Amino acid sequence: MDMTDMNSAAATSPAGRRQGEVILDLQNISLRFGGVKALTDISFNIREHEVRAIIGPNGAGKSSMLNVINGVYHPQEGRIFFRGEERKKMEPHMAALQGIARTFQNIALFKGMSVLDNIMTGRNLKMKCNLFQQALWLGPALREEIAHREKVEEIVDFLEIQHIRKTPVGALPYGLQKRVDLGRALAMEPQILLLDEPMAGMNVEEKQDMCRFILDISDQFGTTIVLIEHDMGVVMDISDRVVVLDYGKKIGDGTPDEVRNNQDVINAYLGSGH
Amino acid sequence: MDTRTSASDHGQAAAGPDTFPRWLMHHAKARPQQPAMREKAYGIWQTYTWAQVAENVRAIACGLAQLGFKRGDRLAVVGDNRPRLYWSVAACQCLGGIPVMMYQDAVAQEMVYVLQDAEIKFAVVEDQEQVDKMVEIQPEAPMLEHVIYDDPRGMRHYTQTLLMGLDELQEMGRIHDRNQPDFLDSEIDKGASDDISIMLYTSGTTGKPKGVCQTHGAFIAAARGAIQFDKLTDKEDILSYLPMAWVGDHLFSFAQATVAGFTINCPESGETVMNDLREIGPTYYFAPPRVFENLLTQVMIRMEDAGSLKRKIFHHFMDVARRCGADILDGKPVSGGDRFQYWLGNLLVYGPLKNVLGMSRIRVAYTAGAAIGPDLFRFYRSIGINLKQLYGQTETCAYVCLQPDGEIKLDSVGKPAPFVEVKLADNGEILVKGPMLLKAYYKRPDATAESIDAEGYFMTGDAGFFDADGHLKIIDRAKDVGKMADGTMFAPNYIENKLKFFQHIKEAVTFGAGKEFATAFINIDLEAVGNWAEKKGMAYSGYTDLAQQSAVYELVRDCVEKVNADLATDPNMSGSQIKRFLILHKELDADDGELTRTRKVRRNFIAEKYGVLIEAMFEGRKTQFIETQVKYEDGRTGKVSADLRIEEVKTFAPQAGKRAA
Repeated sequence: MDMTDMNSAAATSPAGRRQGEVILDLQNISLRFGGVKALTDISFNIREHEVRAIIGPNGAGKSSMLNVINGVYHPQEGRIFFRGEERKKMEPHMAALQGIARTFQNIALFKGMSVLDNIMTGRNLKMKCNLFQQALWLGPALREEIAHREKVEEIVDFLEIQHIRKTPVGALPYGLQKRVDLGRALAMEPQILLLDEPMAGMNVEEKQDMCRFILDISDQFGTTIVLIEHDMGVVMDISDRVVVLDYGKKIGDGTPDEVRNNQDVINAYLGSGH
Repeated sequence: MDTRTSASDHGQAAAGPDTFPRWLMHHAKARPQQPAMREKAYGIWQTYTWAQVAENVRAIACGLAQLGFKRGDRLAVVGDNRPRLYWSVAACQCLGGIPVMMYQDAVAQEMVYVLQDAEIKFAVVEDQEQVDKMVEIQPEAPMLEHVIYDDPRGMRHYTQTLLMGLDELQEMGRIHDRNQPDFLDSEIDKGASDDISIMLYTSGTTGKPKGVCQTHGAFIAAARGAIQFDKLTDKEDILSYLPMAWVGDHLFSFAQATVAGFTINCPESGETVMNDLREIGPTYYFAPPRVFENLLTQVMIRMEDAGSLKRKIFHHFMDVARRCGADILDGKPVSGGDRFQYWLGNLLVYGPLKNVLGMSRIRVAYTAGAAIGPDLFRFYRSIGINLKQLYGQTETCAYVCLQPDGEIKLDSVGKPAPFVEVKLADNGEILVKGPMLLKAYYKRPDATAESIDAEGYFMTGDAGFFDADGHLKIIDRAKDVGKMADGTMFAPNYIENKLKFFQHIKEAVTFGAGKEFATAFINIDLEAVGNWAEKKGMAYSGYTDLAQQSAVYELVRDCVEKVNADLATDPNMSGSQIKRFLILHKELDADDGELTRTRKVRRNFIAEKYGVLIEAMFEGRKTQFIETQVKYEDGRTGKVSADLRIEEVKTFAPQAGKRAA
């Protein structure tokens, strides 16, 4: 792919973010659970450094799509290329090793542990010392822990959650828990960050905060972000490109403006006689 | 006419440097390795020694000079308490410039006024939020040429040419310093004690904000006086968390710290202050009454949830503390039994409590800015925290009166501070003179002339008097103080504050100027009285209903009676006891113009609006019908009407001999 093609295809992003090559390419993906077709023949790609949104009404297959990317579901048909290489077999932990991190719609944190410890769990894959060294708190383990703690503190600072550093996650309001969940994913220093409805159940102010964090992540770390979201307004404001799913099929793909004016999308969201 | 000065000294011992930059360089030489500042970043307290601070200030100053900052230029400083913002203030002073402090939570439009008024060309701001405001208002303040930001986060896509990072500026400054190593020292040498060191804007409750110009000499004198008064050393630790644009923070965190050479600690963020306070354990502390009140409320709420044994122990020892704690702190004689109980209480309750509050190490704590409730004040003193009051305003470097150790009175602000002369005008207005007075209001010779009289006294606008021990008592704003029919002084605000210290009373407005006796409107505190009513099983449908219940009237009458009893002990005030009161049918509200946005009552407006009620109280009617228009938050209006009861309160004979009229 040459540069001109890349620039024309990727359109200009709202913040003028640089966009790189295709990092993840999904071709003709179909996923079935028994007789139920969750996804049918879906193709789209994700470029480096962009904010890519997957939207659609309830049951459109958004979360299934995310789980395919993440390696939780294995599509019966279709091919996935990660950095130009075809994925053969995929498990979630392999996705993590490849630098794909995610947050969850209904928050997956250890409720009884502090915010710091929860974010520290995101560093797990980066820890090199073995169990024996860690148990004995030997020199290398200690040094490693300090290095990881520094990284965690940077994330705490970034997400502005200094005041709850030592609070058990279970005691926090929902909006802050979501932020901690994001922190845990960030701690992996991912190349691709999958966000499953990061704004669900939030009030306007919390949504604004979350938008700012998502844009800052993209800006500051250059992380590629794939996000699923219900809230059309939010998505249109912060994404570079949007894929629209409905009943497991792709009905639209393009910049927010293109998608907004797509008749199929309008029908799917506003309803029509189909 | 009554004139008092500090007992301790006359004529200041002018030892040491006479400008802040010279003080800074002095510390960099005298105690280079001692901590000057700490800031919590990434979860760890980062320390800057005096030598490091001096080096950084030098780099900023040279950087500013390189950008074209000239002697006498103004530098706006906006942001939370960050070391680099304090350094910018110092750097500006090194170059003979005038730092102009601005409130970080002001909206962009409020900042325009200051930028235009002070003709600001340079600004150092904390972060993206402040940069956005500056960029927004730049077209209205076109003389603004350079905006320098401390925190580069989120600044990557800003292309405006007036922006520059502080790191970049410092780098530029270091090069400048290497090329011209004598430049800054010669600039510092040019500074004089009489130069303006800082401009602080008054809050502007009356008219437009005014820029108060203070000199190096003024703030150094104020700092030196307080240091000598409380025997502060270079070992003190303070937490700097109050707005930098407030005179109190400038006095404590900048002037005193720079003169005494002690350490200031900047919290991680506004939300972590309580935590950071605990980690630092300051030895010297300053907070408005609101902060002390919040802390106490938190403690009380947590005690309510504690087990019954703990609660009993807590309440028992708090009773002990109330009985003898303050006396022990003041070094007054206390019986052996009480001493033992207090010692035990310290072990079990006060010590751990102080530790949780982050106040274990406090030697001296001050509160100012508003009246502090006697119960609140007594609480902190009784558990062994040396909390004191001070009095001052922006124009006097917040330095007029201080309470001396061992002579603490709940309702006075203490004695004139060292070097300060306090005089009372015939109408009771407090006039002050001393080295800490403002040089001028910026570009407002008319206002300057108005506020300083021919003899050089600054007119504070506050009314007060000296008690038998020479302590100054502040009563009210001088323009609010009136006389009753028999000539007794009537200070509405003073009485209202006393009423408002009761938790069941939210607002009070008193009337009595030119009358035989005083009366009051009361607003009950819906939350506090509502809780009380619920516990008693009383039913009510809302504020208006609850306010008119006879049990609530009794509750309020008790409070008013206590205030009357208190007023009776004061020969100046006993004539202004409240004889009748009523509880208003609606809460006083800023939307209806009854309060200012900072929740101060607008006396004249209320007197006009509720004229019938006032008349009814003075005529001695039992009830009065009133209908009022109210404005809802969405802009619609409605009407509230009620038959208000008016009740009588017991008044007390003056005690301790009324002053012969």
